[in-house]
Formats: sequence, C-alpha cells, structure tokens
Amino acid sequence: MEQKIRVLVAKPGLDGHDRGALVIAQGLRDEGMEVIYTGLRQTPEQIVAAAIQEDVSVIGLSSLSGAHLELFPEVVRLLKEQGIDDVLVIGGGVIPDEDIPLLKQAGIDEIFTPGTPIKKTADFIRSHLKKGAVS
Amino acid sequence: MSDFNEKLDAWQRKVEKAVAKFPERKRRFTTSSDLEVDRLYIPKENGEQQTYLEKLGFPGEYPFTRGIQPTMYRGRYWTMRQYAGFGSAEETNERFRYLLKQGQTGLSTAFDLPTQIGYDADHPMARGEVGKVGVSISSLVDMETLLKGIPLDKVSTSMTINAPASVLLAMYIAVGEKQGVSSDKLTGTIQNDILKEYVARGTYIYPPAPSMRLITNIFEYCADKVPNWNTISISGYHIREAGSTAVQEVAFTISNAIAYVQAAVDAGLPVDKFAPRLSFFFNAHNNFMEEIAKFRAARRIWAKIMRHRFKAEDPKSWQLRFHTQTGGSTLTAQQPDNNIVRVTIQALAAVLGGTQSLHTNSRDEALALPTEDSARIALRTQQIIAYESGVADTIDPLGGSYYIESLTDEIEKEVMRYIEKIDEMGGAVTAIEQGYMQREIQQASYRTQMAIESGEDVVVGMNKFTIENEPQPELLRVNPALGKIQAERLAKLRSERNNEEVQTKLQALKTAAEGQDNLMPYILDAVRVYATTGEICDVMRSVFGEYRPSLF
Repeated sequence: MEQKIRVLVAKPGLDGHDRGALVIAQGLRDEGMEVIYTGLRQTPEQIVAAAIQEDVSVIGLSSLSGAHLELFPEVVRLLKEQGIDDVLVIGGGVIPDEDIPLLKQAGIDEIFTPGTPIKKTADFIRSHLKKGAVS
Repeated sequence: MSDFNEKLDAWQRKVEKAVAKFPERKRRFTTSSDLEVDRLYIPKENGEQQTYLEKLGFPGEYPFTRGIQPTMYRGRYWTMRQYAGFGSAEETNERFRYLLKQGQTGLSTAFDLPTQIGYDADHPMARGEVGKVGVSISSLVDMETLLKGIPLDKVSTSMTINAPASVLLAMYIAVGEKQGVSSDKLTGTIQNDILKEYVARGTYIYPPAPSMRLITNIFEYCADKVPNWNTISISGYHIREAGSTAVQEVAFTISNAIAYVQAAVDAGLPVDKFAPRLSFFFNAHNNFMEEIAKFRAARRIWAKIMRHRFKAEDPKSWQLRFHTQTGGSTLTAQQPDNNIVRVTIQALAAVLGGTQSLHTNSRDEALALPTEDSARIALRTQQIIAYESGVADTIDPLGGSYYIESLTDEIEKEVMRYIEKIDEMGGAVTAIEQGYMQREIQQASYRTQMAIESGEDVVVGMNKFTIENEPQPELLRVNPALGKIQAERLAKLRSERNNEEVQTKLQALKTAAEGQDNLMPYILDAVRVYATTGEICDVMRSVFGEYRPSLF
C-alpha cells in the first residue's frame, strides 16, 4: 500500500495567527496526507529538527508578521546544511507579491497566498514531491 | 400614568440634565429635506410598550440594548481611534502626531511581537520580528520617545498589550510622572485579556493562574491609583479573526469576561469597585444586520449577567462599553481598493450597533501595515459616516426593526447556550485548557474556508469578479536594520543605567512574585530605573513558568 505524504506545517517566528496554518493542516488531511503541526513560536532550527525527526517530504511555512524574508530562507539554509535536498518547502501567509521572487531565489519551492484553494496546494505538493512518498 | 410613560418621563429628565451639561452637536437635527429627526423613536402602541421596556429599555438604561448613553452620538461621536505602530518609537510617534493632526481623537498603540511576548529587541527569538507588526518597546527610554510631545492629560491612549500589560502600563505611568501628569489623570485602555491569547492570538507568556493574578493585581492597583483607566478590554476581535462565528465571538468573550469578574471577586474585590472599568473589544464583519444585532445582544446579555449573576448595584457595572475594529480577515489582497467598501459597511454596522470607539482597517492590510495614505482613507471613512451620513443623528436607528430585534433575540439565545455549556464545563479557563473554544472556532473557520472554496460564499474580487494582472499597491516597509539598531540602543542603555539599582528592584519583584503581594508597585519601581521589558518578564518567567499549549 502506498504510504501517505507526510507534511510538516510550521509557524516560524513569534506570530500567533495560525488560522491559515490550521485550515491548511485540516485541508491537506482531507486530501489524504498526514500532517504534523508544530504549534506556535518555532525557530528555523526547531522546524528543521522536527522535519528530520518526522521524516516529512514537505514543509509548509506560515507567517503573517512580515518576518518571512528572514525566517523562510533560514529554514532552507539549515536543511542544506544538514545535507537534505529532497524536502519540498512551501510557504504562505501575508506575503507581498514582490517578495515571492526573493523567496524562490532563496530556495522556497512555492508561495501560496490567501485565496488559494487548498486543492491547488495539494496538487502542487503531489506533482512536485522530491522524495518518494514510499519510504 | 403607565409604566412606559413613567419610564419615558424619567429618561427625558435624564436627557435634559445631560444636555444642559453637554449640549448636543446641533440644536436641531434634520434630514436633507429638512424633516426633523427625533432623538429617539419608540413604539406608540400600548401592546408593544411592555415588551419594549423588558427587551430594549431607554438608551442609557438597563438592559442598555439601545446604547449606554442617554443621547448617544447626538451628544458626541464615538472616539475615532486608529490603531498604529510600526518600526521604532520615533517613527510611531510621527504617525501618532500625523493622525492627531488629521482629526483622530485617541491614540491606539500596536506593539511588535517581541514586546508582546516580553522579549527585548536583542533576544534571539526576536529575530526578524522587531518593529514588524507594531512598535518595539524594550524600556522606558522607548516609551518616552513614543509619547514625546503628546500631552498625557489630554489624549487617551489604548495599548494592545496582554501578557506584559502590567509592564507597559507601568511605563506609561512613569512617562506621565515625567510629564508632571499624576496617574489619576491618565486615561486609556490596556487590552490585558490573556484568556483570548490562549484561545486565538498566541501572545501568551505565563500559565493561566499567574496570568489571572497579574490581571486582578492591575484591577486592584488601578482602582486606587489610575481610576480613569480601562483596566481590561475583553476581546472578541481575535476570536472572530481566528474564524469564529458572530455568536461564538460574543459567547466566548462574555465567558472570558465572567472568568475575570469571578477571579477578581474571589480575590476579594467588591464587584462595583472594578466592574465600571471593564471594557470590551469586538469585530465587525460583512454580514451587516447580524453585526448590528450582535452588538445590541452583547450589551443586553452583559447587563443581565452583571446585575443578576454578580449582583452589581452600580448601573455603570452593567454597561457593556466597547471598541470595534473592522474585520482584518475579511480583507483581500486581491483588488485591495475593494477593502475600502468592506470597511465602510463594517464601520457603519459598528456605529449602528452603538460602539464607543472605532478603528477602521486600511485597504492594504491584507498585504502589509498601512501606508500613511491608506491610514488616512480609513480615518476619512469614519468621518464620512459621522459627518455626512446622518446615522448618528438619532439613537439606535434600527431599534424596532422586526429583523433586527428578531436577530438580536436569536443571538442572545444562542450565546446563552454557549455560556451555559461553558459554565457546566467549569468556566472559561477550563474550557480553554480543554481546547473546547479552540475546536469550536477551528470548525467554524474550516466551514468558512470550504464555503469560500466551493463558491457558496462569494468574496468579491477573490472567488468571483476577479481580474488578471492586478497592479500592486505601494506598501509600507519596515527598516530591516531596526533589530540591530534597537539592540545597539539596548546595549547603550545597559551600560549607562545604574545596574545595581536595577538588580535590587528586579530581586524585590521576584520576592513579591513568589509571595502574594500586588506586583504593580514592584514593576513600576523596576521600570523607573530602566529595567527592560525582557528583564522584568524574565523575572516573572522564572517564578511563574511559561505556558505550553497542547496541540489539537
């Protein structure tokens, strides 16, 4: 039997608004994925450690406080530092359009801003997985 | 004379007295056709009059369904209080002065997340967050800069601060002392509502029990020393933003309020001593009639609870006074100018619902903090409602509408069902610890998302009436170097202040925290010698511990 896609939904920084993160977590579960939510106030180090421990294929980062330019790329950098290059990293939240190219250059695979249907995010995950869902 | 006529007469005498002291805005209110606008419209049929007295009453009278003042906006408009704060204390001070010059009538301060969670700007957890969603205040130096040139005896200031509310209030009192304004002359509000932080907003520090102690300490301290301060603003706003329904917003907010009142009563404070300084904070979303009914229902529910459950005798204890902010989560990043229209509808609902003060969101807030231009349009929206629409010329203009009264009754009924359920669980603190409110909100929020995705709920410009290749508006950018600048300022402060004195005051605070004393005087002492936000909160962390939520 095919194993489910494992996704870590994470809130980096101090931002406590997790309505979007919780909705995404629920939505991806309904799309048949296994979702682990880190809870609030995670450092990039904690997020990467959780991703390794949980052996996820996808990290979804959510930020609404404007700290994304500092915190999202740090997650990608730490993954690389650990020699991990097969985890899909996506982000969402209050992110101005002009920041999206900067985040992509820094190695974030895709940014989904408010208004994106959950199905679209799920389809993106399924078609861009870097490591097999079967471990 | 009938009961109705007697009460009407009594109200009219009260109005005459109030008007003699504070005249209404105009001698005569008229429509554009020069038709006279009465102060109040009431039922003329005998049969309706008894129900009227029970359910609505006269404005300024129990159960306050029609508003808490006898003349409402005929005397004075609501306070136009735009929430502002970003970057450094200097930048925010400049925005404050700009808004005051534009006709804003009260200040409202947004703090950045490190400040809200009791970290100094140079704490490792503050990385990327300094000055982002509000102003960075690490010490009294920052507070002095923030309030420079603002006369604290004339301007009232609202501060959106919760877990470290005691610290920021102490800083405000200390700045007052430096301006020669004694604390009994200070007016304003601290949000100071920790329960909704556990439910919805996430900026908690300590576990519930010590958090509740800090809050009752503030109630007690302010009743004596800062009597004109609103010591708490019990907030449904964030509950709603987290995805709740209108009914849940009122139900959970009032359940939290019951917990605060009970905690203070249990701590030995007489209810009428602190209850008149309680205030509320609600959201205004797009479903116009439901929002208006929500405010009216909330007022009536609170009046009954305070009078009958807590046996408050002072009518001021029965009054639900509230600030409203328009709904941030209803705004879209797509076609941001549409947000001006949404905000107008929401602000109008708040005014028709009888709000005491109002913040209107800016069109660009789904993207970033507001630019100066956007903030001005948002303020103008309120001014147009106040000065041009005429809705403030008569009290509770929709009172008596079949639909509004029926919705008000329905909301009250549904809210009471939740409150009774939470009572049965052992009260708000238990309900929150068990994740009950969080789960209810999350389910509502997911239902909303699904309704939007299926197109059942239309969001104009987002899932219907969309356009391709929208131009992006100019956004406000916070100086990314601010974290470093603030860290340097802190290092300078720590090298210049009397550190021995700081340690003595922090130690005294620690001892007090371990015991039973009211902590406010100790916090104030520490603030006066320039102990920082982080240092003071760390002392309390060391005694109280930190809250760790369980995940759902």
